[in-house]
Amino acid sequence: MIPRSPLQRLLRNPPCRRYSAAPTPSSRLNLPIDYKSTPLLHHTASSVPRAYGLPESTTSKSLNLYQAINSALRTALSTSDKVLLFGEDVAFGGVFRCSMDLQTEFGSERVFNTPLTEQGIVGFAIGAAAEGMKPIAEIQFADYVFPAFDQIVNEAAKFRYREGGTGGNAGGMVVRMPCGAVGHGALYHTQSPEALFAHVPGVQVVMPRSPAQAKGLLLSSIFQHNNPVIFMEPKILYRAAVEHVPNEYYTIPLSKAEVLKPGNNVTVISYGQPLYLCSAAITAIEKSMPGVSIELIDLRTIYPWDRPTVLESVKKTGRAIVVHESMINYGVGAEVAATIQDGAFLRLEAPVKRVAGWSTHTGLQYEKFIMPDVARIYDAIKQTLEY
Amino acid sequence: MSLSLLRRLPRAVRVPRPARVTARWSSSLSQRPGSDRVQFPGAVNSKFTTDMAFMKPSDMPYIPTYRVMDSDGVLVGKDKERPVNVSDEEILTWYRNMLSVSVMDGIMFEAQRQGRLSFYMVSAGEEGISVGSAAALTPDDTVFAQYREAGVFQQRGFTLKDFMSQLFANKNDSGKGRNMPVHYGSNYPRNHTISSPLATQIPQASGAAYALKLQALQNPNIPRRIVACYFGEGAASEGDFHAGLNIAATRSCPVVFICRNNGYAISTPTLEQYRGDGIASRGLGYGIDTIRVDGNDIFAVYEATREARRIALEDGGKPVLVEAMSYRVSHHSTSDDSFAYRARVEVEDWKRRDNPIIRLRKWLENQGLWNEDLERDTRSQMRKAVLQEFGAAEREKKPPIRVAFEDVYEEVTEEAQAQMKELRRILETYPEEYDVRQYEDGVNSL
Repeated sequence: MIPRSPLQRLLRNPPCRRYSAAPTPSSRLNLPIDYKSTPLLHHTASSVPRAYGLPESTTSKSLNLYQAINSALRTALSTSDKVLLFGEDVAFGGVFRCSMDLQTEFGSERVFNTPLTEQGIVGFAIGAAAEGMKPIAEIQFADYVFPAFDQIVNEAAKFRYREGGTGGNAGGMVVRMPCGAVGHGALYHTQSPEALFAHVPGVQVVMPRSPAQAKGLLLSSIFQHNNPVIFMEPKILYRAAVEHVPNEYYTIPLSKAEVLKPGNNVTVISYGQPLYLCSAAITAIEKSMPGVSIELIDLRTIYPWDRPTVLESVKKTGRAIVVHESMINYGVGAEVAATIQDGAFLRLEAPVKRVAGWSTHTGLQYEKFIMPDVARIYDAIKQTLEY
Repeated sequence: MSLSLLRRLPRAVRVPRPARVTARWSSSLSQRPGSDRVQFPGAVNSKFTTDMAFMKPSDMPYIPTYRVMDSDGVLVGKDKERPVNVSDEEILTWYRNMLSVSVMDGIMFEAQRQGRLSFYMVSAGEEGISVGSAAALTPDDTVFAQYREAGVFQQRGFTLKDFMSQLFANKNDSGKGRNMPVHYGSNYPRNHTISSPLATQIPQASGAAYALKLQALQNPNIPRRIVACYFGEGAASEGDFHAGLNIAATRSCPVVFICRNNGYAISTPTLEQYRGDGIASRGLGYGIDTIRVDGNDIFAVYEATREARRIALEDGGKPVLVEAMSYRVSHHSTSDDSFAYRARVEVEDWKRRDNPIIRLRKWLENQGLWNEDLERDTRSQMRKAVLQEFGAAEREKKPPIRVAFEDVYEEVTEEAQAQMKELRRILETYPEEYDVRQYEDGVNSL
């Protein structure tokens, strides 16, 4: 087999991730996110019941994001016989382990592998939803959803509108997909196409920031809203983000943003993984500029989105920055910034800034220069304050 | 809507008649009285029958699998003295190429496990398909591959330095450090750079083949060329597979579709991927000449591909489908642990039972062209060569940062130029936050 000696001589250094975008020793801002201490996660069980409006007796368990998704799927499958779960490699647990053990528990009639065809998977979900089921379709990576674009844009989104008086709709369906950058996904394991779907009225686009948020938002998508939902899961958080998640059924309303941290001088608006970068940048700026306080908002639902919460905040702070991973051009930031200048123009003290991926593709070696990082968010807050 | 209702519609609403009927409609004969067969445009030669019988796939004979030698490396064809019309030297080259891919795979898989590169995919068990089929192509032919065809690149002249530059995404990588490992590409022989999404290359291959066909018509002096298009049996479930084969058939494109049927699409076994007689049966449905071959028999793969290439250039061009069978003895990729969904013993069993490299080695040894000493020396030289290029490629600089913005469009847009300027300002304002030394010209490329 492999020649142990020469290989080990060459590979003599201890296992290291040379390819990764490791911080430089002098980094002060672009440090790896410490998910164990970030204020965005519930590190203890005690804060959980109140956060989700649950009784104090509610029990919770420390889960990472894929385990929380798994818990939500298990809850959904046991709540209603109408719930189905399918996609590529779902039967053995999915490539990110989100459907682990679910086929064993709920049977291969309701949890199953599909052939490798995204348009087939989404079309199948639409048909099942139109006949009254609650299909949860998994697309293996958001980068691979595009063969299903026709089914989503022309079918799922327009189904209710087209059927009109017949009442027919595909509202029972949820399409889950892992999205976002992990440091080495290059062109096709990195994309975050929420803006493409948010351009299409008729589908709800959701992206949770944490395990507990994911469970509540996913259950809400399945049971509380009779609209097709595109549910995007930041895959870097699958293992990294760990927090206490209620064991029971609970929901978090869609189309409702959340103020994660109150502040008076700038509103930072984001969603998904970059919220952790925003939080770190805010901590740094509040330390370096005493007296300044920054408000942080998680959109949670990208579309239809919570305009009142954002406008109310910006009317208070007078300054706004939108942060997201995907490309800046025609992105979510453009919509949010335009809405702010329209709805809060006379209160603005500075132009609305966008910190987002540059208008290019995510080449393997360049990801750390393309994606927003703590330094760029810090710089944007500073510039906005000093405008 | 009934016809009478339609008549009541105002004239202007009526759908206008097409100005010209399609060629196929106009060329088909109308049904003659007393004819024993259908002459509809969509079924031009179908006999009438009074026997209402549904055709069952299970009643059809399974498509056979072509082979030249058995798993002991013994020729099985009648009156076969030579396996293929190729010199011993060339067969030895094939063997060395399969071995080289296998040696590289072993080292790179281990290197990934140790964190030296982010990702890798081996092609263990499938070296015979890629090397054998590529050997039947000319350097002028164009290849669209999937991601498990390192042997195609090896056989078509990709050097170890080329492989390692891509794997480490350094400044010598033709993909400019933009792609994940194993997404190789080369300008000549033309191997289009691998794209991760499955099956997207299949209709592209049809279009490329059509381009080659037209170019040959427009300039009879250039050598006749085909497109070879590789994909797995899982990818053949995508809509693009069906679109690609059908359009190739209708436009008579000189393309050879080579399906590697290795039994698994990540965890999904073929039983959950399709229910017909493999991928080959679909070729017939599209009116495409089709063969199934034993993918562990490099002679069979070579012969079938060579003949497929000849057919593809016949009568002005037409598509051909080759389904090559070979069990995926490897994990899907370094991100996959296949023992989560299949038994280790199943894999070990396949490894022992058959393997394209061992099979050819047996034949070579029977011919006195190979032996244990040669095997040992060759493997050892190959390992040394791989490790040498490995080290060199890993030490090499990464491409300039500006490459992140180039090639999105032919020219860098005004917007992208402004973004490059802004990125440079950030890098210069916060120098302690970024390590740009590994990139050629550091911040100055922006």
